[in-house]
Amino acid sequence: MPGLSHYLVVSALLFALGLYAVVTRRNTVAILMGVELMLNAANINLVAFNKYAAPSAMQGQIFALIVITLAACEAAVGLALVLAAYRTLETIYEDEINVMKW
Amino acid sequence: MTGEAIVFYLLAAVTLGAGVVVVTSGNIVHSAAALVPAFLGVTGLYILLNAEFVAGIQVLIYAGAITVLILFAIMLTEGGTGLGGRQRNEQAAVGAAVAAAMAALLIVVAVRTGWPAGSGTLPPYTPGAIGQSFLGQNILVFEGTSIVLLVSLMGAIMIARRED
Repeated sequence: MPGLSHYLVVSALLFALGLYAVVTRRNTVAILMGVELMLNAANINLVAFNKYAAPSAMQGQIFALIVITLAACEAAVGLALVLAAYRTLETIYEDEINVMKW
Repeated sequence: MTGEAIVFYLLAAVTLGAGVVVVTSGNIVHSAAALVPAFLGVTGLYILLNAEFVAGIQVLIYAGAITVLILFAIMLTEGGTGLGGRQRNEQAAVGAAVAAAMAALLIVVAVRTGWPAGSGTLPPYTPGAIGQSFLGQNILVFEGTSIVLLVSLMGAIMIARRED
């Protein structure tokens, strides 16, 4: 019977995978994928705490739904930024986008 | 081992296995395609946690919309799979160490902390309770989210529009 800590461990591993993608990938789209994995890990925590720590309140699931909405916004704006960067700088590799670094 | 435990470990394995492919694949299209099983595994975990509405929204928005958006961005930028280019920067070893340390820290904290066991039960029909809560107690959050959606829509159009 999986308990709260089982879900927290899965979420921690998923978060670490996303973190690894964010700090090591060169492709900005792959970095955004890592961010999505990290947001999913946070959502698992929210829903698991909702069930095991405060079952009569729905706030955990409400917050998870809002995080999903904001993740959709983040993906739309982030990918628009990637397209804009590709059009002006002709690269999407984040270590080559350095016009603001001096 | 109960059926619920078997399903849990199966879903966790699918999620984390697909996550490893997302993170390590040299072909960026394979990474984007592997996002779908990762998101669907998380959906299964939501169903195990009695969060049916969150599971449905997860399938619609993550597995449906965000994956397609990411695939579109890949097709519009690189004109292919990204093969041939180096996909990882020179921080790969440090990044792996940091991620492993973060995972170890989070797991130790999650396992050793005595989380309070909640009293009460989940409502029998959570989508109804979520709807009531969004239009009652949480209406300010609901309206604020709609403004954020509108602003991000306009921002995405403004940023991605071709200057002329």
